[in-house]
Amino acid sequence: MKARVTVTLKPGVLDPQGKAIEGALRSMSIEGVHAVRQGKIFDIEIDGEDHKRARATLGEACERLLANTLVEDYAIEVAKSP
Amino acid sequence: MRAAVILFPGSNREGDAARALRRATGRPPAIVWHADHDLPSGTDLVVLPGGFSYGDYLRCGAIAARAPIMRAVASHAARGGLVLGICNGFQILCEVGLLPGVLMRNANRRFICKLQHLRVENVRATFTRGYPAGQVVRFALAHGEGNFEANDETLKRIEGERQVAFRYCDADGRVDEASNPNGSENNIAGVLNSRFNVLGLMPHPENLIDPLTGGVDGLPLFEALAA
Repeated sequence: MKARVTVTLKPGVLDPQGKAIEGALRSMSIEGVHAVRQGKIFDIEIDGEDHKRARATLGEACERLLANTLVEDYAIEVAKSP
Repeated sequence: MRAAVILFPGSNREGDAARALRRATGRPPAIVWHADHDLPSGTDLVVLPGGFSYGDYLRCGAIAARAPIMRAVASHAARGGLVLGICNGFQILCEVGLLPGVLMRNANRRFICKLQHLRVENVRATFTRGYPAGQVVRFALAHGEGNFEANDETLKRIEGERQVAFRYCDADGRVDEASNPNGSENNIAGVLNSRFNVLGLMPHPENLIDPLTGGVDGLPLFEALAA
């Protein structure tokens, strides 16, 4: 089963990398970009087909390793069965 | 004083830490591999050295914080044993939850490599008792992610409990925005836990132990640990 975890900085946390990317986009004359925040995506393959269990596993993975919840939020998506 | 330096893949300041400990204690520290489960018996002080453990993958210190040896380090700290985290070691201690807050990318986006003045804020800890209160010292900085951040409640607590060990300042001891190299909240350069037996700091005292290489401002820290 495929799943995707997205980790982003909480609102208000300074993101120098996002700022640098924002500046680069401006310098490339890519118009209309107001702000950039950089995050991380983890594509994860989970054993079995139990969505509920997969969410629980990924929740634990986020809480214990993938995100630092002091400064980061996470979102979990589990792919719908075909 | 029996010291142990933990070696992670990507640590690179373990030699500097070992040299400072040897100079202060008269004997070389044990070097302990991250995959070990136990500290050598009789360990008084654990040092997490600087470097780039696991290449800073995921977040600085995040993967090292989950290494097998860190359970033993946490138990050692819970028993009141001394733990010193320098630079990447500080990042690891925050990630493992032995110290509050988190180290984020420097606000100016630059890797900082320079000598930096610090004011010693709390001299009641074993680590800092070798300095007079308010002493201005000069340690080496070498980091890209040393911007100490914590939420307001945590900041209030660590300030109230005198957990700030060192603050960035100028040569005259002035703590202000101009003397803050990386954007850290309240110019915080080093933090103690609430029991004062765990210290994390971004600057490198272990590099200031010999007049030949810039000064000896770091020696009182190691000598106080050895005393």
